[in-house]
Amino acid sequence: MSLFLDLGSWVLFGIGSLLLFIGALGVLRLPTLFTRMHAASLTESLGTIAVLTGIMLQAGLTLATMKLLAILLFLLLTSPTSSYALANAALLARNRDQTREQADRK
Amino acid sequence: MTILLAVFLLTMLVITAVAIVRTRDLFAAVMLLGIFSLLMAANFFVLDAADVALTEAAVGAGISTVLFLGALALTAARERESGDSRWLPLVVVVIMAATVVYATFDKPALGDPNAPVHQHVAPWYLSETPRLIDIPNVVTAVLGSYRGYDTLGEVFVVFTAGIAVLFLLGSGRPGELFSRPPDELSTGGLKHHLIPRVVGKLLIPFIILFGLYVQFHGEYGPGGGFQAGAIIAAGVILYALLEGETRALAALPESALKVMVIGGALLYTLVGVVCMLMGGNFLDYSVLSTNSVAGQQLGIILIEAGVGLAVTGVLLSIFHAFAARATA
Amino acid sequence: MFITVSIAILVTMALAIIRALRGPSIYDRILAVNMFGTKTVLLVSVVAFLFGRPDFLDLALAYALINFIGVLAVLEFFQSRSLRRELGAAQQRDSL
Repeated sequence: MSLFLDLGSWVLFGIGSLLLFIGALGVLRLPTLFTRMHAASLTESLGTIAVLTGIMLQAGLTLATMKLLAILLFLLLTSPTSSYALANAALLARNRDQTREQADRK
Repeated sequence: MTILLAVFLLTMLVITAVAIVRTRDLFAAVMLLGIFSLLMAANFFVLDAADVALTEAAVGAGISTVLFLGALALTAARERESGDSRWLPLVVVVIMAATVVYATFDKPALGDPNAPVHQHVAPWYLSETPRLIDIPNVVTAVLGSYRGYDTLGEVFVVFTAGIAVLFLLGSGRPGELFSRPPDELSTGGLKHHLIPRVVGKLLIPFIILFGLYVQFHGEYGPGGGFQAGAIIAAGVILYALLEGETRALAALPESALKVMVIGGALLYTLVGVVCMLMGGNFLDYSVLSTNSVAGQQLGIILIEAGVGLAVTGVLLSIFHAFAARATA
Repeated sequence: MFITVSIAILVTMALAIIRALRGPSIYDRILAVNMFGTKTVLLVSVVAFLFGRPDFLDLALAYALINFIGVLAVLEFFQSRSLRRELGAAQQRDSL
């Protein structure tokens, strides 16, 4: 039984690590702000789920697992929200700059 | 493994610190300070100092960023070039740093069991805490009971800092920290903030609940009054960011904050005075109850409550002071 | 196996720091800080189990709850500042 749990953890940790690393590469290498943002937010959710679930498999049915569940829940709520707020703010700022340029041209 | 992790984290810490010093863009500096705080907390954590790490997390993650931004709203966004020669300061700093590095050669290695710190009072704290106070977290026992006098001093430092900021910034009319011009309020902004508002409001009760857990679970796990105060203050600040200062002040008015600041500091002192009246020394909680262990536990719970009240009150007062100033 | 994950997270953190140092726009820096915060939560959770101290997970929980406030504050700050600047520019145009 514990072999299967270990195996599951390994697989989840592998997926999680890979996703986190790809996300970080994307944030570093992609050309524009919005592409970078998409790399970060997309990989982050699944990577977080994988890593935290992997730890949960190791922790078993304990208080720690409940805490990990809470952490996972809060992260899944907050990180897309902050990504959304960030993208929204950046988009608004860009639109404002564009309208200002148009106003200046007139 | 501890060493490897610590070295990696410290390297990143040094890089971030140098970048903070080098940058002229004050906003970038604030963002990098956020990373600095996260790294610092991770470092404390790796060194097994969970109570300190939790303090750094509670203050560094939300509140210090908000206060720095409040300060930035009052000043310019870029640091001015200074024309003075920097050679003399550099020489002084290099000499000081060399002295400190030289002094560390006499330090015992990390985790050396023969180090003075592990020989002096630490073994006594570890062996006697179960008998004298009977709580699992020895840090709380040291902080609240053995070193209760020092913690009282810390509370008064926080108290004084809060008073000083209020004197400097003056708590005038309440205002918005990041004020919007009135006509923009009705048209733009808030509509786009629907998702953060919903999620944020959903989180506030959990933040407050977690703060209370940290407050009252401090005897068993990492936590205590300082951390809890900062976390609860962060929850209220989140409410102020989402709903506006006026509504946050309606929920927790400035008069209530003053009562919390003064009441917290007074509660701590009064516990000490009551101990004296009941025949013990100042802050010797054993006399508070017929059973000395129960007395110690009662005393720690009371003073932690005082600390929590004072810290929440001071942090929120400072936040509101910045907000009032930014509008004026 | 916890070591493998923690190394992956540390590398990710280092890459996020590079992005935060490079900028170029303010939003890139916020993105990097936000990402760094999530990675710290993961690192703390993993290290708590690596060292066999699962009761220290409270720290990760605190970050998961509070990190978000800093990002929101930054965004509020920028939106209000650019709005104020806009308003100032409009007033200047009107007065000309």
